[in-house]
Amino acid sequence: MDIAINTGNSRYQVDKNGYYGRFGGAYIPEMLYPNVAELQSRYLEVLSDPGFQQEFEDLLRDYVGRPSPLYFAKRLSEKYKAKIYLKREDLNHTGAHKVNNTIGQILLAKRLGKHRIIAETGAGQHGVATATVCALMGMECVVYMGSIDIERQAPNVARMKMLGATVVPATSGSKTLKDATNEAIRDWINNPVDTHYILGTAAGPHPYPDMVARFQSVISEEIKKQLLEKTGSEDPNYVVACIGGGSNAAGAYFHYLDRENVKLVAVEAGGKGVHSGFSAATTQLGTIGIIHASKTLLMQTNDGQIVEPHSISAGLDYPGIGPMHAHLYESGRAQFLSATDEEALAAAYELSLLEGIIPAMESAHALAKLKDLTLQPEDVVVVCLSGRGDKDLDTYIRHMNK
Amino acid sequence: MQNRIDQLFAKKQHGVLNIYCTAGFPQLNDTLPVMTALQQHGADLIELGMPFSDPLADGPVIQDSSTKALQNGMSLHKLFEQLSGFRDRIQVPVILMGYFNPVLTYGVEAFCAKCAEVGVDGIIVPDLPMAEYENEYRPVFEKYNLHLIFLVTPETSEERIRKIDSLSKGFLYAVSSSSTTGKDKDMGDQQAYFERLKKLQLSNPVLIGFGIKDKATFEAASAHANGAIIGTAFIKAIEHSQNIDETVKTFISGIIQQ
Repeated sequence: MDIAINTGNSRYQVDKNGYYGRFGGAYIPEMLYPNVAELQSRYLEVLSDPGFQQEFEDLLRDYVGRPSPLYFAKRLSEKYKAKIYLKREDLNHTGAHKVNNTIGQILLAKRLGKHRIIAETGAGQHGVATATVCALMGMECVVYMGSIDIERQAPNVARMKMLGATVVPATSGSKTLKDATNEAIRDWINNPVDTHYILGTAAGPHPYPDMVARFQSVISEEIKKQLLEKTGSEDPNYVVACIGGGSNAAGAYFHYLDRENVKLVAVEAGGKGVHSGFSAATTQLGTIGIIHASKTLLMQTNDGQIVEPHSISAGLDYPGIGPMHAHLYESGRAQFLSATDEEALAAAYELSLLEGIIPAMESAHALAKLKDLTLQPEDVVVVCLSGRGDKDLDTYIRHMNK
Repeated sequence: MQNRIDQLFAKKQHGVLNIYCTAGFPQLNDTLPVMTALQQHGADLIELGMPFSDPLADGPVIQDSSTKALQNGMSLHKLFEQLSGFRDRIQVPVILMGYFNPVLTYGVEAFCAKCAEVGVDGIIVPDLPMAEYENEYRPVFEKYNLHLIFLVTPETSEERIRKIDSLSKGFLYAVSSSSTTGKDKDMGDQQAYFERLKKLQLSNPVLIGFGIKDKATFEAASAHANGAIIGTAFIKAIEHSQNIDETVKTFISGIIQQ
């Protein structure tokens, strides 16, 4: 496997100024300029270094357990009358796709001479994936997590601590993911020399959206090979993924962006309903603005104050969306749908009973929209199963007892 | 009319005192009383914070004041309402400081027009990068005679400082160390940086901000620049004030000799 390096003339990849169409850029305060400028000027050079690629590939194979299987879901296919494949990111070490990015970024941090790692986390999946690679590399790790999320995700907090990370509660603002991200950025401002910030999603200032997408692009790299083996063609008819900030979707779409015969479907968290006031469906509810140093679509008031979203899934509970996805939405390249909390729960139960796989609440959002696609029996559909559902058992049990 | 910031620096080059306060804090309608008291008791410049839900470059004290102001009902529309007619009472230059998202959502040109209409002289937007300003927004700010004030830090290269100096108007905001607002860092470490700035003979005056909290730090900063900016310490002082005028008077008399 190799990390995609040449952006060429793609309409959907980042341009030389860090933009996707009118979205992206790096709206950072001057205090962050040296750090971000260093990443911007060096990330492509480091990622294209053969020694770096070898180390990345070795760890993904031997430590993460890649390639992750592409599984033909027979009973699910029968139900939806199409050929449905699941990309099993849930089988990765630490239980989700997040580790692909944290492995890549910690190798980068080492090459930049950094000794201290910071990260933000919502549900704790990215925090755990970051704490894991820090333990692996013997680096200091500080994870910012909203104080409300710390309460509702106790097992992941315990995992991070056992892995040696310091978990710092974010007590500002709404005390959830967006505030944890603010705190991580503030930490970086105060520690400009020795610290690398491992951002967990395809958002934030350039080059993060592109860098994270490249590390996650291993997902579509593998899908191409695996589909070719199984179906005789690299191209499915559909690639379906859930979107919060958009890192698993970015990885699942990456090598298909310019193959317009492949339909890209993004599923946002509809919460209690898009217009219920409790939703995280950013493309439907958002307008252009700046969040976490990126110009993109975000949920905000008329006064430009960022709004707290709602989703049953902590990983999709984000008021913005990565700039690449904002561009895919605006250009019409990807179709954006939303799944409500109830739809996602039903899909999680369905997958458990039909295939014996308990999906993460996030991934269940992607599965929930199979019923809304107009599928032909010959259609090949790849759903990115971004994570496993162990962390969501409390939610599932509560629902079961209703 | 010449911009009031330029008028100020034309007649005063040393010990310029700029005080930051968050609009709509501690109470919604304290904006004007605080500004009036600041002028009355000797502030040379007033930097008024436009509250934002996600103030990335600020430490906990200013963040909390921002959250409180929003809870009080502050917004950009409300702020311009409060500022309407303020020039009848206040003559010192006034700068609005805030994050780019609310300005973008208000509309950059509409925002600049409104600033000019009410009598605001300059803007600080820490998350509006130089390149974006230059490529897209500079003509609008200049059309309304609004000075955009950029930040420089100890890590900013000489080449970049010169570029920032050429794009800035009014003054340069020298962050005394790489940090969010309100952090205590040793001023001694910063001396070399301030000396370096002085030697560059920049075209704009320089005010030092972040970490200035009392007479000693104000004087130390003023010895190396045209003056300094106080934010966090002032917010702490007025947070629980029962008498704004009295609190401001006491605070400022602790910083400068009348």
